Amino acid sequence: MTPTLDDRPGPRTASELFWAFSAMALQGFGGVMAVVQRELVERRGWLSNEQFVEDWAVAQVMPGPNVCNLALMYGDRLFGWRGALAALAGLLAFPLVLLLTLGALYGRFAQHAAMVGALRGMGAVAAGLIAGTALKLADSLRRHPMGALPALLLAAAAFAGVALARLPLHLIVFVLGGAAYGLTWRALRRGERR
Amino acid sequence: MSLADWAHLLLFQLSLSLLAVGGAVTLAPEMHRYLVQGQGWLGDAQFNASIALAQAAPGPNVLFIALLGWNIGLNAAGGAPTGLFALASATFGAAVCVAGVLTPSSLLTLFAARWAQRHQDRLAVRAFRQGLSSLVVGIMLATSWLLAQPSGRWREDGLLWLLTAVTALLVWRTRLHLLWLLAAGALLGALGWV
Repeated sequence: MTPTLDDRPGPRTASELFWAFSAMALQGFGGVMAVVQRELVERRGWLSNEQFVEDWAVAQVMPGPNVCNLALMYGDRLFGWRGALAALAGLLAFPLVLLLTLGALYGRFAQHAAMVGALRGMGAVAAGLIAGTALKLADSLRRHPMGALPALLLAAAAFAGVALARLPLHLIVFVLGGAAYGLTWRALRRGERR
Repeated sequence: MSLADWAHLLLFQLSLSLLAVGGAVTLAPEMHRYLVQGQGWLGDAQFNASIALAQAAPGPNVLFIALLGWNIGLNAAGGAPTGLFALASATFGAAVCVAGVLTPSSLLTLFAARWAQRHQDRLAVRAFRQGLSSLVVGIMLATSWLLAQPSGRWREDGLLWLLTAVTALLVWRTRLHLLWLLAAGALLGALGWV
C-alpha cells in the first residue's frame, strides 16, 4: 500500500527539495495545489499521478493547509523530519517574505485612492474565487454516500451557522461534523454489507 | 498588547489549527469573529486587505494569517511601519500566528499520514474524509459571504457583489487562469469602477 520509492527520479538532497518547493510556491497565484501537481507529476516525474492523488486525499483529510500537508508528507517520506521541514520551509519562506514586503508597502500607500480601489476589487474577486471553488466541490456532493439531500442540507447548515448566525467554528465542526461522520459511516457500512 | 494578549493570540491560533479541515481559508470567518469583532486587535479594512493581498501574491493561502499577525503586531506598536520597534513587533506577530496555526496540524499530519496510508480502505477513514466534505462546501461559501460583506453604499456594493458573483461563475464553469481574474478586479477597483 505504501508507495514504493522506486526508480523514479527525485530530489537527491533535502536542499534540492527546498528549492523545488520554493519554485512551485512562487508560481502559485491563488493557491499552489495545481502548480504542485503539474510540477511534481507532469514536469519532474517525482510522483506518479496515482501517488499524487493518494497523497492529496490524505492531505485533504488532515487539518491544516492542504498543500502544506502534502509537502510535509512527501518530504517526510524521502528524508524524514529534515525532508518534511525542507519542503514546508520551501513552500513558505519566499512567499512569506514577499507578502510581508507587500503588506509593509501597502501600509505606506494605504491612503492612495487607486491602491485602495485595487485592493477592494481584488477582495471582491478573492471572495468569488472561494465561492467558485466551493461550487466546484458542491458538484461532488451529488454522489455523496449519505445521499445528495442530507449532504446539501449539512452544507447549508454549516453555511448558515458560520455566515448568518456567526457561531464559533469549533461548534460547527463538532456538532455538524459529528452528524456528517455518523451518517456517512452508516451509509458506507450499509453499502459494504450489500 | 500585553504579554497575556500575545499568549492569547498564540493559544487562539493553536486551538484553530486542528479545525482547518478543507484548507486555511475556512478559518477566515473565525479569525474575523475573534480578532476583529471580539478582541479588536485588527480593523475591518486591515482584515480584508490582508486576505486580498495574500490571494493576489503567490504562495499558499495560509499566509494571509501571517499578514494578519503582521498587522496585529503593527497595531500593537502604534500603527505605521516606522522604526525598528514597529518592524520587530510586526515580524513577531506574523511569527506567532504562522507558528501557532501550522504546528499542531503539521505534527498531526506527519504522525497520521503513515497510519492513514496503511488503512485508507478502513470504514472510519473513508467516513471521516467523505463526511467532512459536505461541511467544507458550506464553510467555504460562508467564507466567501463574509469576505463580500457590503460596506454600506448601495451602488458600489451592488457592483462589488456582481464582481464576486461573476468571478465565482467563471471559476466554477471555466478554466480561466485565476491571475486574470485578480488582475481584472485590481484594474476595475483602481479605476474606481467598483
